[in-house]
Amino acid sequence: MIPTVVLPVIIGGLYAAGVYLLLDRSLTRVLLGFLLLGNATNVLILSAGGVAGLAPILPVDDVGDINDPLPQALVLTAIVITFGISAFVLAMIYRSWRLVRDEVVQDDAEDLRVATREEVDADERDPEDMPLADRGPGDGFTVEREPLVGEVTPPSDDVDLELARAEAAENESAEARAAGDPDRTPAGGRPVDREEEH
Amino acid sequence: MEDLIRVLTPLPVLLPLLGAAGALLVGRHPHTQRVLSVVVLSGVLAVSVALLVLADDQGATSVSVGGWPVPLGIVLVVDRLSALMLVVANTVTLGVLVFAVGQGMADGEETDTPLSIFHPTYLILVAGVSNAFLAGDLFNLYVGFEVLLAASYVLLTLGGTAGRIRAGITYVVVSLMSSLVFLAAIALVYAATGTVNMAQLAVRLGELPAGTQLLLQSMLLVAFGIKAAVFPLSAWLPDSYPTAPAPVTAVFAGLLTKVGVYAIIRTNTLLFPDGALDDVLLWAALATMVIGILGAVAQTDIKRMLSFTLVSHIGYMVFGIALGTAAGLAGAVFYVVHHIAIQTTLFLATGLVERRGGTTNTEKLGGLAKASPLLAILFFVPAMNLAGIPPLSGFIGKLGLIEAGVALGGAGPYVLVGGAVVTSLLTLVAVARVWGRAFWRPRAVDTADEDLEATRPAAGTSATTAQLQENRLPRLMVAATAGFVVVTLALTVFGGVLYGVADRAAVDLLDRTPYLESVFGLEVIR
Repeated sequence: MIPTVVLPVIIGGLYAAGVYLLLDRSLTRVLLGFLLLGNATNVLILSAGGVAGLAPILPVDDVGDINDPLPQALVLTAIVITFGISAFVLAMIYRSWRLVRDEVVQDDAEDLRVATREEVDADERDPEDMPLADRGPGDGFTVEREPLVGEVTPPSDDVDLELARAEAAENESAEARAAGDPDRTPAGGRPVDREEEH
Repeated sequence: MEDLIRVLTPLPVLLPLLGAAGALLVGRHPHTQRVLSVVVLSGVLAVSVALLVLADDQGATSVSVGGWPVPLGIVLVVDRLSALMLVVANTVTLGVLVFAVGQGMADGEETDTPLSIFHPTYLILVAGVSNAFLAGDLFNLYVGFEVLLAASYVLLTLGGTAGRIRAGITYVVVSLMSSLVFLAAIALVYAATGTVNMAQLAVRLGELPAGTQLLLQSMLLVAFGIKAAVFPLSAWLPDSYPTAPAPVTAVFAGLLTKVGVYAIIRTNTLLFPDGALDDVLLWAALATMVIGILGAVAQTDIKRMLSFTLVSHIGYMVFGIALGTAAGLAGAVFYVVHHIAIQTTLFLATGLVERRGGTTNTEKLGGLAKASPLLAILFFVPAMNLAGIPPLSGFIGKLGLIEAGVALGGAGPYVLVGGAVVTSLLTLVAVARVWGRAFWRPRAVDTADEDLEATRPAAGTSATTAQLQENRLPRLMVAATAGFVVVTLALTVFGGVLYGVADRAAVDLLDRTPYLESVFGLEVIR
């Protein structure tokens, strides 16, 4: 029984190509890589059964002349499993394409959010610095509640927002005038609020 | 009695498969389907309990499927470990099924888990898990893994939404990779020994050169390490679990990784008892524990936090296995049982939190302890158990492992003991943060408490009331979760009995002869 070099070379080549494709971000290539790896493994199992080219269980005198039938049975099972799972992966790729018009492996949004967060501890963050959607319902110590009906809220010491907004609009229209855009300013001289216009 | 156990052994695989076929046939009648699934899984649980009682009484037994003589046919082996795993697994699957039924009935037609697919797939998952626990040869173990993985692919991507497809792709590709490594390992094992029967392998593998043994063992451990989410191979888990429906995440988190741990136990005790890779496993266990829990502390989403603690606590089990002593294995087995129950409970409770609060993001949740005290208890008790607060089963398991580590002595085990304690403390930090943010702090003003509701201006009141009505928790889901909390408490109360079984299982594992004799009889094994 002489070991053949052909099968190991084929197996190695299939494994190398399979791993290369599997590392790609494109899902179709991942699937192709998986198919190559599956076939590499199948050939590996077959080669465990003995010399290639012999028939399994033929009534022969010398046991060395037959091929071991068990690996062939194992390969059959493995092929069926690989086939079924490939069909499922293909369906998932198609679904991914339908949903996001893309078939690459996508990043996990929550992962990225946690990874790029500046502060480590959520308790130490200043809610003022966070986007509105991320702000928690309270600072954990004071109880906030809606003003009851008829309750007078004390005047806030925050910056008067309406005033600031009016000033900003004024500046903006001044810029527009400086840029030589007469249509923007009606005859009355009152600047048009761009926010309203759009 | 001997005959009874032989009749019962194939049933945990057969019943769910037949049940799945039946559930597919009655797919148009959701009610019949629910009754069928619950009845089938109750039957499987009853069989598993009977198997555990019998196996604990008379030791390991094997059944040759189809009557083929031993090394040729497929054997199923029941010993104390596999019977114990069957009981825990099927308790969990039955409980989660009840939870899912409650969710399905509450959501009606608008559910995101299409019933006609969910029930048959779920039963096939159970069959795969049972097959993996009972498998007496490596290839059958592979088939068991594939059956449960194929079912899990479907369950994880139920409904096919964008988020689930994204998570599913990661999960499927990684699982495929591990299956291929496993299959290649089987091919090499067969080439080296000429058999895939585990009892026969136990004898023949020992006669191979040390280098060959090391290669085969490391390939098997890599394959099972991916499935069990041991550290360098664990990154897939927190990405893929959190998006699935609550019952699916719960059963995956509880069971699937533990099937990998079970396979690692078998590999390291039955097939390769020399402990050649114990040092590697020891450091992998440390990395799994510490890195996993550091990930958990950084999370703001409860499901993701729990997924990271899941990875982290796999480290405890690997720690016990890597010690290689009877005490270490007993601790690992007990911890597997404890962790299956506790992780499932926590994920189910989180499913309830998501229903009640509308999200699992702790930065947006608040005031749940006041809004729903029952839910708060259902979360608090298992959370403290996970962290290992003294009277509870988590403490018993961790104590057992730490004692085993100290008893073995040496630099490695002592470092691991330190790592285990630190991990336990950090787990407490992680769950306490969730508790503090989601349950204890006051609720946001825009979703104010019911008592403020009355005094609010009329605008928007009707919508808010409707939302609150919708957020009422379905009784069956609460009951299922409460049942799980009771089970985890029972693990504490009956901890002594359970630890006794785990001890005897560990002694069997190290002894190996009960397993081998059950397959080959008392004849000389060659």
